[in-house]
Amino acid sequence: MSIASAFLEATVRTATPLALAALGEVVVERAGIINIGLEGIILSGAFGALVGATHAGAWGGYAVAIGAGVLAAAIFAVFAVWLRADQIISGTAVTLLAVGLTGTLYRALYGAAGAALTIPTTGPVAIPGLSRLPVAGSAFFDQPAVTYIAYLMTAAVWWWMRGTHSGLALRAVGERPAAAEAAGVRIGRVQFGALVFSGASGGLAGASLVLAQAGTFAENMSAGRGFIAIAIVVLGRWQPLGVALASLVFGAASALQFLLQALGLALPYQLFLALPYVLTLAALAGVAGRVRAPANLARVDDV
Amino acid sequence: MRRSQAVAIALVVALTAGTILLLSASGFEVSRALGALVRGSVGSWYAFGSGTLIRATPLILTGLSVAVAFQAGVFNIGAEGQFIVGAVAATGIALSLGTLPSLITIPAMLFGAAIAGGGWASIAAVLRIRFHVLEVISTIMLNFVAAFGVSYLVRGPMQEHTHVYPQTETITGAAQLPRLAAGTRLHLGFLVALAACGIVWAYVRFTASGFRLRTVGANPDAARSAGQIDVTRVTHRAFVFSGALAGVAGAIEVSGVTFALYENISPGYGYTAIAVALLARLDALGVIGTGILFGALEAGATAMQRDAGVPSVMVSVIEACVVLALVALGRARIAGGRSSR
Repeated sequence: MSIASAFLEATVRTATPLALAALGEVVVERAGIINIGLEGIILSGAFGALVGATHAGAWGGYAVAIGAGVLAAAIFAVFAVWLRADQIISGTAVTLLAVGLTGTLYRALYGAAGAALTIPTTGPVAIPGLSRLPVAGSAFFDQPAVTYIAYLMTAAVWWWMRGTHSGLALRAVGERPAAAEAAGVRIGRVQFGALVFSGASGGLAGASLVLAQAGTFAENMSAGRGFIAIAIVVLGRWQPLGVALASLVFGAASALQFLLQALGLALPYQLFLALPYVLTLAALAGVAGRVRAPANLARVDDV
Repeated sequence: MRRSQAVAIALVVALTAGTILLLSASGFEVSRALGALVRGSVGSWYAFGSGTLIRATPLILTGLSVAVAFQAGVFNIGAEGQFIVGAVAATGIALSLGTLPSLITIPAMLFGAAIAGGGWASIAAVLRIRFHVLEVISTIMLNFVAAFGVSYLVRGPMQEHTHVYPQTETITGAAQLPRLAAGTRLHLGFLVALAACGIVWAYVRFTASGFRLRTVGANPDAARSAGQIDVTRVTHRAFVFSGALAGVAGAIEVSGVTFALYENISPGYGYTAIAVALLARLDALGVIGTGILFGALEAGATAMQRDAGVPSVMVSVIEACVVLALVALGRARIAGGRSSR
């Protein structure tokens, strides 16, 4: 494999969990909620994937991860939607809860030795024809199945928000809740539904870290991806296609370390590890002042 | 109490109980664990002084840092990163001033750490004020950058001379905070933390500048139009002030406890600080009590892990449940609304 296609392959692979998590967050934010607990949802999904995969194989892992993500999102929803509590504090607490619970359960269930390094994982599946395209073909179309789910979800969320009645209701809740309510939309239900969806997609994002990338679980392995995904939503201007593209940019930033290592540059590895976080700051500084968030987004006027 | 509140509280109780049940189901002896928790935190004077209060010191200072920021409507969850850069600055100063007396070295470390922490928070302040970047995201990103920065420093330019361990040289005795009494590990930093709380309390309550801080937090638009307050400047000051306090916490940890810079110098103090500040209802003196409470929990949890094998990360569950319970009771909110453009 050439360096360029290896770089592209790593870009798509690392972009997958970011895109999945950010697509869920787009739906949530278009309903007027900001969920800082996304980080905790991804972590719950990752741990769920470990538990599921050790007992019921890789696909069991994905199923349990989705369940765990939805559960974490539902806890957030009780506080943020039902109680109308401060979304940022509730979200921070949900992330803290996920860190504590997954860490405790991990050590309780798998002991000091940690999980086996080889749990069932899902390898790449080449799509006939498309994967033979030069350079980008194998990078985009010879990936684990969860990456294809991210492609499909991008298209589906785009179509759903733009072309369906319920998608319109979702956007109305985020822009003009009073008008939506007058039109008979149940605001709380829409927001709860959006959070359940983001729980599922965030859980899937966590599962992809464990089952399609690392092949094992580590404490705090979400490593800020939930927060980066929230930044990606801003960079993608709250649009599914924009979010997919922004995810690829961040995937590329992470994949840069493989590329530079392949080129034999002797730079400190911490520089590459820090790169996605620095890029988030730089990108937000360039974009955040010039885009418009959903009007009713969480008392947050200056994202 | 509303029905939804009752359900939320029940959920918090269920989460706590569920964790305990899960632990006992996976073979831990709950009574032994609780015994260790108590013994390790308040079981003896030694445990209280050298366990609880030592852990409480950074929590009081970072909790104070968060409380100041929240009061001004600044959601700084970057105390973790500001703590880290404070520790880096203090270590750097201590290693380069090695032979000077304590009376010069230690204040220089605290001062340098305050500047470093304030400067680090200032990045998030500029990003919010000039570029409209939400500080929740920017401060967390800066936490990661700080952590990777330390990782680089202790394996690169600041590594100890044998180049074996990922840490710096040990700082000299002149750079170490004196112990408060013989036979305890409790150091002068605890009193510094108490003094900081007193000063901040008086500042917020009795000075015009402190009043402006609270006003901007309560209602930035009213502060601007009715109060003729330069909201931008007050907001920036709140970031810097908050960062400086967290930076000092980092310096005290190096000067009083670790005596060197390590990769994981903070076991998440900056995140626990959020619970410390919220439980104190953002009151500068209240932070002393809640800081000691969480210090006891963390010291107890360390003993629990050592004696009963229960993972100490369980403390995060308790902290999260405390915050969620406060949210359910309607007692946890940051001051006022956020500033509009």
